[in-house]
Formats: sequence, C-alpha cells, structure tokens
Amino acid sequence: MTVSTEIELQTFVLLRLGDRRFALAARYIAELVAPSRIFRFPHRTPRVEGVILRRGRIIPVCDVGHALIGKGILSRRFYLLAVRDYVFQKEWVAIPVTGECELINAEITPATESDAAHVSGWLSHNGEVIEVLNMDALTPGPAPEPAHRPAPAFVEARP
Amino acid sequence: MTTIPLRVSSPTRTEQIILFRIGSQLFAISSSSVQEVRSVDSLAGSSREISVPSLPKVRHTVQRGDKSLFVVNGAAHFGLPPTSGALVFVLRGTRTALLVDGIDKMTGMSRLQCLPNAFCREERFWYRGLTALDQAVVPVVSPDGFLSVDELSLLDSVVARRERSGETSAQFNP
Repeated sequence: MTVSTEIELQTFVLLRLGDRRFALAARYIAELVAPSRIFRFPHRTPRVEGVILRRGRIIPVCDVGHALIGKGILSRRFYLLAVRDYVFQKEWVAIPVTGECELINAEITPATESDAAHVSGWLSHNGEVIEVLNMDALTPGPAPEPAHRPAPAFVEARP
Repeated sequence: MTTIPLRVSSPTRTEQIILFRIGSQLFAISSSSVQEVRSVDSLAGSSREISVPSLPKVRHTVQRGDKSLFVVNGAAHFGLPPTSGALVFVLRGTRTALLVDGIDKMTGMSRLQCLPNAFCREERFWYRGLTALDQAVVPVVSPDGFLSVDELSLLDSVVARRERSGETSAQFNP
C-alpha cells in the first residue's frame, strides 16, 4: 500500500538584502517600487527611517537590515511594500531591498521554537535554505492589545 | 427609461494650519490651536527662569493673565540640534508656549493621515498625524503633546517652591 502525501506549495517573493536572500509570502506583498524621496521627521522608534509618499498614501520605511544581516541597507534598489498586520488593522510598510525580487512556488517548513521571532518558516530553493520572514515580528509596532479600538486610517481635517 | 443617480460631491473641508520651522525641520499646527504668536523679545518682561534638571526642554515660564505658561523649547522637545528660537506660540487650551524658529506660511490641509503604527514611541503623543503638502510630508503637532500630566505636575511643584522663596523675573534668553 502506498500513502501519498499532498504537498501544498505556496507562493513567495524572494528578496535580497546584501549577500543574503529572504522570503516573504506573496500574499503580504502589495508592490515593488523604485526608491523615492524619504521624508524624515523627529521620532523615537528605532529602525524607522521616515516615510515615503506613494499615490497619496504615506508609508513608513522600515530598515530590517540590522535585524537580518546585522547592518543597515544603504544601497537600495527597490522598496518592497508589504502588509503589516496590527491586529486591529493592516497597514503597508516599505522594506528597502538591495536587488531584484523573484516570485517562486515552494513548500514551507514551519519555524520551531528555537528560531528567531522574525522567522515564520524555512524553504528550500535552488539548493539554498531561505528564511521565510514574519513581518509582524520584524517591523516595529505597538504591542498587540485586542481591546484596542481601531484607529481610522484617515481622519478628516477640522474645518 | 433609465435614471442615472446624480452624485453631488461635497466640498472638501480644509483645516487652516501654520507651517513653522525648528531648525531645518518643518512642522504644522492647526491655526485654531494657536492663541497668540509672540516674538521672544516681547516676552522678556513677563518671563521667569525655571530650572528642572530632568526637564531641560522647559527653561522659562511666562505670565499670560492669571496663568503661568511653560515655554517648551521645540528643538529640545523633538531632539533636534539646539536653535536660538525667535517666536513663541501660545497654545490654546493648554499651559504650553512653544518656542520655534519661524513661520513658513499659513495654508489649508484637506487630509490628515494618522501616524502609521510603525511609529510606536513618544511620537504618538507628539503628532496628530501626517499631511502631504506640495509633494512633501509634514508632521502635524498635537498641542497637548508637549508636556505630559506628570511633567506639568513636576513643573507646578517647582513653580510653587519658587513662589514660596520669592524669586524675581529674569530675562527671556532661550
């Protein structure tokens, strides 16, 4: 008797940071855009560089280089616009990447307890084992509070 | 006969804002939040020095009517390089006067976007949100975000101590 196991392939975007490649589930990707002007203003959140303006939308730029490769991403080719889930709402964040991105189908091996919080799993591609990233752990945000009331994305200006 | 519903778009509501500078950084504040704009020189006679080592952003109080206002140095508050400061905004409904370098212009803001949740530290109290103006993004400050309740209590206790000791007014020199 043979037992067949169904392998469920998922779609991932491979992104490059320096010499390393990482993966992010494609369902979390909104767009890949060319670098544009970063608007900076005073704040105290580490690893948030500022914001970019994309079709009227203000999107924070989060440098994940320190967490993933131990240094900031200085030479950037694109911003990967990814969806960050804040429990009460979803928002876009821009991740600077240093090279082309690639769309692949692969099987994910779930992360174990010994993996870092930003790792949601692993995949194998062309002989390389690649971390699948958990954006919610990788990018800053308030501690999740289920009782928190959702803040509207836009508030109307006062007359 | 097919009827096509007529859509009447409501006029865009705008909020009047003042764009001001601290050093090279541009900020916005609702003009309705600013009760008075005074030059530093004009406040010299009504200001008193205050020294709170744990709160170096406040170095003066000014008397406006029967109220003592705390002058917050904008550069120190936002962690910007020190500047001389030329103007003071007396903020309506607060006990804060804000020391800034200058006014850029007054304009209208039609949309205020909440601060993205990626910004998760003190800046959430500093800003009402962000607005896009002339292809730039400007933070819109919250008039209540310059001094916390704890900071006000601390300042009040210092002022009370000073009044008991009977200190006199000092030159406003930010």
